[in-house]
Amino acid sequence: MPNHTVADILRGLEAKTFSSEEITQQYLDAIVAHDPRYNSYITVTAAAALEQARAADLARQNGSGGLLCGVPIAHKDIFCTDGVRTSCASKMLNNFIAPYNATIVTKLAQAGTITLGKTNMDEFAMGSSNETSFYGAVRNPWNTDCVPGGSSGGSAAAIAAGLAPAATGTDTGGSIRQPAALCGLTGLKPTYGRVSRYGMIAFASSLDQAGPMAKTAEDNALLLQAMAGFDPLDSTSMQLPVPDFVGGLNKDLKGLKIGVPKEYFSEGLDPAIGAAVEAALDEYRKLGAEIKAISLPHTHLAVPCYYIIAPAEASANLSRFDGVRYGYRCENPKDLDDLYTRTRAEGFGAEVKRRILIGTYALSSGFYDAYYRKAQQIRRLIKQDFNEAFKEVDIIAGPTTPNPAFALGEKVSDPLTMYLEDIYTIAVNLAGLPAISLPVGLTQGKPIGLQLIGRDFDEASLLAAAHQYQQRSDWHRQVAPGSV
Amino acid sequence: MSLDQNEISKLARLARISIADSDTAELSQRIGDILDMVDVMQAVDTSNVVAMANPHDAVQRLRADEVSEINQREHFQAIAPQTADGLYLVPQVIE
Repeated sequence: MPNHTVADILRGLEAKTFSSEEITQQYLDAIVAHDPRYNSYITVTAAAALEQARAADLARQNGSGGLLCGVPIAHKDIFCTDGVRTSCASKMLNNFIAPYNATIVTKLAQAGTITLGKTNMDEFAMGSSNETSFYGAVRNPWNTDCVPGGSSGGSAAAIAAGLAPAATGTDTGGSIRQPAALCGLTGLKPTYGRVSRYGMIAFASSLDQAGPMAKTAEDNALLLQAMAGFDPLDSTSMQLPVPDFVGGLNKDLKGLKIGVPKEYFSEGLDPAIGAAVEAALDEYRKLGAEIKAISLPHTHLAVPCYYIIAPAEASANLSRFDGVRYGYRCENPKDLDDLYTRTRAEGFGAEVKRRILIGTYALSSGFYDAYYRKAQQIRRLIKQDFNEAFKEVDIIAGPTTPNPAFALGEKVSDPLTMYLEDIYTIAVNLAGLPAISLPVGLTQGKPIGLQLIGRDFDEASLLAAAHQYQQRSDWHRQVAPGSV
Repeated sequence: MSLDQNEISKLARLARISIADSDTAELSQRIGDILDMVDVMQAVDTSNVVAMANPHDAVQRLRADEVSEINQREHFQAIAPQTADGLYLVPQVIE
């Protein structure tokens, strides 16, 4: 059972090697037995999962099952799930039972997936280590003294530990790609607007994007196929056809131009990661790709730009948590102002409060032009860098992270060093581009991720490039020592 | 750079988050560190650069002004901290 891919499970269900109910029960048993070590789930929905699995088995018998009929997966606890607690890993929403489903939850259910439960994450997706969760830190199955990355750290740890074959995640500054890299997985941030944000609790609305996390590019293609598409309920959803991602996996890479930005190999990059990325690029040469040196000159401005735009949008989005309509409310408020200020002081954790205050500062009278407008202008320069590069190349490649998984507690007390862990992923969100992280090595027993960045709405090229690398390497088949 | 007590109080007021006096010094330092980090943006000449709010420069999609949702008040109020007669309850605002 452990370390099945989604494609393996589909083959097993098709061949009647096991039923959805059997495989779902196996994952549920594994979660009970092993998750106390990792803390990757906040909520496990065992009874509902088994009920969904039995329905999927019937649908498969009747020939009416969808693309992913009977495949158990986990959802990041940022996605609203009707009737199930949706906490965003915050005390603020510890008692929040979502009254509706996020669009991607509905779409994946329609495709036939079974929901095992809701995975742990950084509070309101603000973090790169999964240490800001109200429900406690998550441990990395490759090394339980280390973080799994964040903010989708629970999704990543669950897959790496064999407690789910795939999971959903969200990526505002690297929150799918960085945990995928740190846990030896493949994770895709789609183009902004490709996947609906409806029912995904908002952090920074112009940057947030939902995407799949799994062991292989093929599994990412299967999940994205079900998740992607126009949604009238999301005003930023793009009205574009969804390509056949699965059918495009074997698209020939001969002549593919891969750009390697010199700025992604500067000081601060662990030499072992640099070497693994170079080795992966050699494999791409053998597959017929042409590797070109490029420059993205505004790279050094991405982290500063992000730490104005993301908190500014967060400060507006999180103003809805006021203790009136849902979620946490402080005890015995003496007046309305006390209700607001104490509910928010008690309901939010330290990092969330810090970001709300930074965002409030950047948007406040007298500072708006110097910070928020300035950051939005820098954002355009960053996007223009990519536009220029994509005139010369089809894909941009580099490391996903500067370092492998770091120790629990090592960076949590110093937010600035934590922010720099996202140095290679953040610009992609500012530019709205799709990007994938795939495993390309190990250093000191910890996984290394390669990031491939694509043109707007060209997830298909990224999935094909990742898939074909995985046909001639076995880094994605390496199993974490802690896996069941 | 660090923010003074008054600036932190003003931010706390704008953000509707009460901050204990004992937390002010650390918060001031942390926010100051972040403002120092983002200061590198000020050195870039952006006088002719149009601000970017959406990565595709897309504008908000509009729809016909028609009723598209049914009233689900009871469903939504079932998860509220306090309600009465279909209304959300808060501490008294008017004397």
